[in-house]
Amino acid sequence: MIRTPAAPYDTMSPGELGNPPGWWGMLFLVFTEAALFASLLLSYFYERANAVEWPPAGIEKPELILPLIMTALLIGSSITMLIAETAIKRDSQTGLIVGLVLSVLLAGGFLAMQGYEYTHTDFALGDSVYSSAFFTITGLHGIHVAIAVLMGLVLIARASLGHFTARNHNALRNVSLYWHFVDLVWLFILASLYISPHVL
Amino acid sequence: MATLVERLDRTWEAPTGAWSWLTSTDHKLIGRRYLGTAFFFFIIAGIGALLMRIQLALPRNTFLGPDTYNGIFTLHGTTMIFLVSTPILFGFANFMVPLMIGSRDMAFPRVNALSWYIFLFAGLLLWSSIFFGAMPDDGWFNYVPLSGPEQSTGRGIDFYLVSIVFLTVATTAGSINVIVTAFKMRAPGMSVRRIPIFIWTMVVTSFAVIFAYPALTAANILLYMDRHHDTLFFNPTAQGDPLLWQHLFWIFGHPDVYIIFLPAVGIVSTIIPVFSRHRLVAYPLIVLATVAIGVVSFGVWVHHMFAVGIPDLTNSFFAGATILITIPSGIQYVAWVATIWRGNVIWKSPFLFVFGFFVLFLIGGFTGVMFGVIPIDRQVTDSYFVVAHFHYVLFGGAIFPVFAGLHYWWPKMTGRMLHERWAQLTFWFMFVGFNMTFFPMHILGLLGMPRRVYTYNDNIGWDALNFFQTVGAFVLGFGVLLFIINAIISTYGGEDAGPNPWEANTLEWAVNSPPPPYNFVVLPVVRSADPLWDPPTPEGEAEPSALELADGKETYGSSILDAEAERVLPMPQDSPWPMFLAIGALILAIGLLFDLLPATIIGIAIATIVLVAWTWPPATKEEAMTL
Repeated sequence: MIRTPAAPYDTMSPGELGNPPGWWGMLFLVFTEAALFASLLLSYFYERANAVEWPPAGIEKPELILPLIMTALLIGSSITMLIAETAIKRDSQTGLIVGLVLSVLLAGGFLAMQGYEYTHTDFALGDSVYSSAFFTITGLHGIHVAIAVLMGLVLIARASLGHFTARNHNALRNVSLYWHFVDLVWLFILASLYISPHVL
Repeated sequence: MATLVERLDRTWEAPTGAWSWLTSTDHKLIGRRYLGTAFFFFIIAGIGALLMRIQLALPRNTFLGPDTYNGIFTLHGTTMIFLVSTPILFGFANFMVPLMIGSRDMAFPRVNALSWYIFLFAGLLLWSSIFFGAMPDDGWFNYVPLSGPEQSTGRGIDFYLVSIVFLTVATTAGSINVIVTAFKMRAPGMSVRRIPIFIWTMVVTSFAVIFAYPALTAANILLYMDRHHDTLFFNPTAQGDPLLWQHLFWIFGHPDVYIIFLPAVGIVSTIIPVFSRHRLVAYPLIVLATVAIGVVSFGVWVHHMFAVGIPDLTNSFFAGATILITIPSGIQYVAWVATIWRGNVIWKSPFLFVFGFFVLFLIGGFTGVMFGVIPIDRQVTDSYFVVAHFHYVLFGGAIFPVFAGLHYWWPKMTGRMLHERWAQLTFWFMFVGFNMTFFPMHILGLLGMPRRVYTYNDNIGWDALNFFQTVGAFVLGFGVLLFIINAIISTYGGEDAGPNPWEANTLEWAVNSPPPPYNFVVLPVVRSADPLWDPPTPEGEAEPSALELADGKETYGSSILDAEAERVLPMPQDSPWPMFLAIGALILAIGLLFDLLPATIIGIAIATIVLVAWTWPPATKEEAMTL
């Protein structure tokens, strides 16, 4: 039987509905971005398999305290993003804005620490394949975090204008999907670039 | 009924004037632009091919110098792969996907407009290299270290790298658009077993784009870093590895062959039932074979690298996977033959081109199997045998179906018939010319003529075949010229097509030719895979209810598997943002290409501002939901 939707979906219960096209679009964008980072990490391990010594002579194994703090910040920002989403589902505008602001601050803190890290390495971009891969991969990820922060700022502006409701906060859902993805990629980068030289 | 049409005409205004043409989000307009732009690149790449054939017509010819020759074969290959084959098929998809699934537009109409702008700008950026005297000249797969900073010091390779990554944005956005449209916007009742085969192939192709193109992007980013920021990824003297480029490139490159070929399969599978007057035999098998090809195509890339010295065990695995692809391809082929066998063939021009595809793809497929056998590959790789093979599979396997599609859908897109006799002449000139040009390349390859040489000596027995090929190339070119003349004549004096001149089975033929901006007056409900061939509803049974939706710029969204109508989707109004975003991205690309920091920053700033403006919701609440 064909069910004809007489009413616009705003009046239907969310449980009856699949995700809207915009969410699917963001999902496939995330897939293609995931393949991009997979290709880059594959390149990292490929180059590493060819290297005599990794990291090359004269470069210390990556320091772990700073990246672990950065990881905590990013995971924290994902949690606050979840808090924002849960809040708007209960129509709590304050909770939404607090969650978003915290997310942006935490991700901003991550970027600041990455800037600190970049200015305190004992190697430069063109020194070796190792340093090339390190800066290119973490740099590209940093750009992604910056884009997420920008989207977070737009969301804060829109939230303070009252654009989002418990039923309709699709923009927030889409950004949140991207946000969690960028954080997830970081975990792979952490494992590959920072931790694996210590254990493998 | 009249009032319904009037209401639709009001909300779905057709573009008038230059501004509304530039800002239109109508998928049919964008589809036609896509086809026209890709055809334009096809013509200039073809002119490049003719210039190369003139150079090779005689031994020791001095028509083109070696540097010009290198530039032209690189631009020819890069253009045919990236700017012709893929976008021309996405042009068909843009026009046909919403019509075939009974929708009023793509899922993201503005993204659709953006894709076309970026495609156009990226193509022009690549070809503008001519005016800077810096054509990329290392072949379409651009191997390092030849393309690295030490060996290629000009800007040529940078034109290649930046414009290809730029273009990838368009292709990826187009693919996401196709997938979401096909998933979420099908007519109620169009469950997975009733989806037109062209839609299936476009969806599989789009998934392949999503997962294959990033490998190319990664390779291009790494090489760009090597060339512009002194990194060492591909530099063997600093423990970098040139072979990494080959892996990344072919992880993209082999799926890309199927990205081009599968939509062609879709066109062939669409045309055969119509001109055989019989529904497609083994529809589920063809669909499964398409998906299988899409998956396996990711596991065969090393067969482009059999001669580079990878361990034999690895090579054997990829040789096996390569041979494996013949199974789903064979299933498709047999299903087509069976459809023709069961039906009564009408030999009109679209079917003629399909027939040409049958012959040429069979030959190309056969040499493809030969290349899967490692000893043969090592003997003939990088010879004219390869050139013959990939022209048989890409020109025969994709461009012939494209011409079949052009002849088949021309009446739908323009409302006018092409002249049938002229169309048949087009086919025969192209078919004969193609075989004259490319069949002798098999022989030349076996005789040892390497690809990409700009000339050859006169005492080694290659003269006669090369001259013959050049004549063939002009015969082929004349065939394409006939099509252009036919298209122009048809535009001004072609017979009126009517809604369904071929008595075809799919939904695009249910509407007027050309379709109105809203496509369907009432949105259709589907109950079989060949909706236009359904028998009329018997007396006393209820007609399937058609869906009216005429009070706003809207269409239906449906569920993924069963295509149950799920919600009303508001469609965006025309918008200038896609154009502005593409301009911002172009400035960014130019900044990266020429290392102009101010241009890079301006481009990023424009793109950021435009994106915020674009995603900012319009005043009404209904429209806000499109986000």
